Amino acid sequence: MTTAAAPIRAKQRPGDRVFSKSAVFAGSMILVTLAAVATFLIVQSIPAFVADSEDASILDSNFWAYVGPLVFGTIWAAALALLIALPISIGIALFISHYAPRRLASVLGYIVDLLAAVPSVVFGLWGIGVLAPAVQPIYTWLVDNLGWFPLFAGPVSGTGRTILTAALVLAVMIIPIITAISREVFLQTPVLHEEAALALGATRWEMIRTAVLPFGRPGIISAAVLGLGRALGETMAVAMVLSATGAITFQLLTSVNPSTIAANIALSFPEAYGINVNVLIATGLILFIVTFAVNAIARWIVARRAEFSGAN
Amino acid sequence: MSKRIEVRDLNVYYSKFLAVEGVSLEIEPRSVTAFIGPSGCGKSTFLRTLNRMHEVIPGARVEGEVLIDGNNLYDPEVDPVLVRRQVGMVFQRPNPFPTMSIKENVLAGVKLNNKRISKSDADALVEQSLQGANLWNEVKDRLDRPGSGLSGGQQQRLCIARAIAVSPEVILMDEPCSALDPISTLAIEDLIEELKQDYTIVIVTHNMQQASRVSDKTAFFNIAGTGKPGKLIEYDETTTIFSNPSEKATEDYVSGRFG
Amino acid sequence: MTTTITPPETRGPTAAPVSNSLTAGKLPNGAPWMVLGASLLVSAGLFGVIALSGAEFNWVGTFVVAAIIYVATITLLSRIVEGARRSTDRFVTALVTGAFLLAMIPLISLSITVVTFGLNRFDVEFFTYSMRNVTGEGGGALHAIVGTVLMTGTAALISIPIGLMTSIYLVEYGRGRLARGITFLVDVMTGIPSIVAGLFAYALFAIFWGPGTRTGIAGAVALAVLMIPVVVRSSEEMLRLVPVELREASYALGVPKWLTIVKVVLPTSIAGITTGIMLSIARVIGETAPLLIAAGFTNSVNYDMTEGRMQSLPVFVYTQYANQGNPPEAYLDRAWAAALTLILIVMVLNLVARLVARFFAPKYGR
Repeated sequence: MTTAAAPIRAKQRPGDRVFSKSAVFAGSMILVTLAAVATFLIVQSIPAFVADSEDASILDSNFWAYVGPLVFGTIWAAALALLIALPISIGIALFISHYAPRRLASVLGYIVDLLAAVPSVVFGLWGIGVLAPAVQPIYTWLVDNLGWFPLFAGPVSGTGRTILTAALVLAVMIIPIITAISREVFLQTPVLHEEAALALGATRWEMIRTAVLPFGRPGIISAAVLGLGRALGETMAVAMVLSATGAITFQLLTSVNPSTIAANIALSFPEAYGINVNVLIATGLILFIVTFAVNAIARWIVARRAEFSGAN
Repeated sequence: MSKRIEVRDLNVYYSKFLAVEGVSLEIEPRSVTAFIGPSGCGKSTFLRTLNRMHEVIPGARVEGEVLIDGNNLYDPEVDPVLVRRQVGMVFQRPNPFPTMSIKENVLAGVKLNNKRISKSDADALVEQSLQGANLWNEVKDRLDRPGSGLSGGQQQRLCIARAIAVSPEVILMDEPCSALDPISTLAIEDLIEELKQDYTIVIVTHNMQQASRVSDKTAFFNIAGTGKPGKLIEYDETTTIFSNPSEKATEDYVSGRFG
Repeated sequence: MTTTITPPETRGPTAAPVSNSLTAGKLPNGAPWMVLGASLLVSAGLFGVIALSGAEFNWVGTFVVAAIIYVATITLLSRIVEGARRSTDRFVTALVTGAFLLAMIPLISLSITVVTFGLNRFDVEFFTYSMRNVTGEGGGALHAIVGTVLMTGTAALISIPIGLMTSIYLVEYGRGRLARGITFLVDVMTGIPSIVAGLFAYALFAIFWGPGTRTGIAGAVALAVLMIPVVVRSSEEMLRLVPVELREASYALGVPKWLTIVKVVLPTSIAGITTGIMLSIARVIGETAPLLIAAGFTNSVNYDMTEGRMQSLPVFVYTQYANQGNPPEAYLDRAWAAALTLILIVMVLNLVARLVARFFAPKYGR
């Protein structure tokens, strides 16, 4: 308690000592766990970085050529998902915070939260069984009519299990995350700012544009980055929905699709042996680093916002 | 049951910031002493050093001595937990434990310390403490109801009952009536009058009429300006402070010409 | 300053307009609903004509086209009658409401699908038989339910004490660099992709039992890694909600710090902490990837956490789908039934958690 040149120190009782020691111990366990995760991943990855196709059967040439398309696929799928989910999530958050009747707001929020409670493997099943067949005719139409646009170039996938479908499923999965955070931020908009705008004769949209959105911008950004982090690490939905071939391509609707790191591990790991295991763990390490970087950016944005919030 | 408090040259710091400087005073047993002064002058801070409650705030520390019947509270061997069993405290806002019934709240000091107590002793202690806090007649039929169901004034008397149930020597009160309505305030003031038969009472108050009504002696604290330490300006019989103070600042403050 | 008041021209009985001047230039209140109804009719008529030519009536298409017609009409109408500003406002209102309704489509579609397909095999046999020696029809998910309960339970046993004590450390004791470091690391841990947790548990136990071992305890460790940060976060939030005054009241009674935490702070926040723990269990119980990696899959019931592979409900869903035999319908039906079971468990956990939070939270009386 006392600092610096404190002459008096609170006498420690045995109960206090045991209790505070075990609290510190538990806290340190987090440190140990994380250090262990990092150490094990790195140690197990080292053989993979130097391996070639003779050591590991899943490699064509070296490790980096193997992981390149996977990193591309991971980021491409997550970015698409974010692009779809962000505007919808902001819309939902605004609807709940500023448009829906007050009494309904919490119920509606709870309904959106229900989406977050659905296990990813169920989303995978739904993606294959319902979504992919449903969007396939739309894809065919897009390729036939808008095929000149590079992203929509053909030939169209016959199953609908393309990177766009995977991104749609990912979008559904991250919408509740982005919505929940944005909603909280929108609700924290100072009432004074809102009333000031309304008192000047602003319409509801003008009030939102001048008071709510500027206030919520850092919150929206960090929510988006958190959603992105979730989409990067999501495994089963992508593994099940996406019919991947491992190519680097931006085309959304064809049957040639890049895979993602997480989905590739889930699909390949059960049958992996020898150095192949190390290769897959090494890709996991890279996924860990990517998500860590994304989350660090989110925290940095949140921290910067905290510094400014005193001024409001 | 009551003890004499002697403070010698006490400084209170929050980390590097000197909050209260050079306070020396003596408080007689079985008396009521009031601390008055403008907001932020350090009277509550000083009050908390009398049972080492300031240590709850990170970075707070003191220099100097506080003697209770000649024993220094700040001796390195002293356990603050034992100090607080002798010097009880009542806070600004009533704070009964929300998870406990009225009865459990009164027994909190005993039960929370894992002491065994027979049922008859417990019942006697509850009645005696609630009688002591002038609350018995109002709650004796609903001792098992939650303490948070009482009115603000009743909650505050429940907190006083809780404090006297551990049989302290001294009771510190930190603006105990500031969150209460006038009728509840009157009830607390009457109670203070009765409690002083058995306890040494120190009360911080913003209300000068209250200080003049309940206290035997009054200490006036003041600060020279923001960022400066609070100081004890004058300490005397309450009647003297309010009718014939020796310091100009005290006179300005009690006559409402302050600031 | 009060001498220059000009008499209002439009006031007075003679100048009173037929309608209130404040409502001039505004669409009537019911207008959006009327436009919405008209849009639906037009769209339904359109798809009705298509349906006449033999195709099935397209419900989804009807609503999507109706929504587009509505947005266009109301914006245009408002622009003509009310001007650009109000028209933009109505446009945005329609978009925002549309975003919410759009998000409802997957939720409703998913619920209907899971329930209709799931009920095909939601029978007694499904809950009393494993997949041992079953090919084709029949069989059940008993082994997966046993595995899920064992592994999630063990994960909870590991993470609740560590998570709770860590949050106590952060709220009650934590000062300075260690506390800041732990807060940071908990954030990092929250972001660990679930499959990476699975890889970690696999690599950890590969050291003790050799490469290729997959056990229930490894699965539990993987789940614990995912669960601990959630428990820490939610418990920390709940502990911080306990008013400082209660702690001070306890200290002032001469109660030591650890007893204050155990007997005042924890009981006051226990409802919120329980809710947080239940939600964290609901979150990890649906995890597939880490268990696929660390615990593997099997067709038999296994009660031994330290020996042999262990099936779990989510992995059961996945393996039934991924390794379809003959007839494939039997495998898909089992997958959907397991998905329904899983969703029901998660929903019940969520519901109970919220009920606990609502009914057992202490009232502070103010």
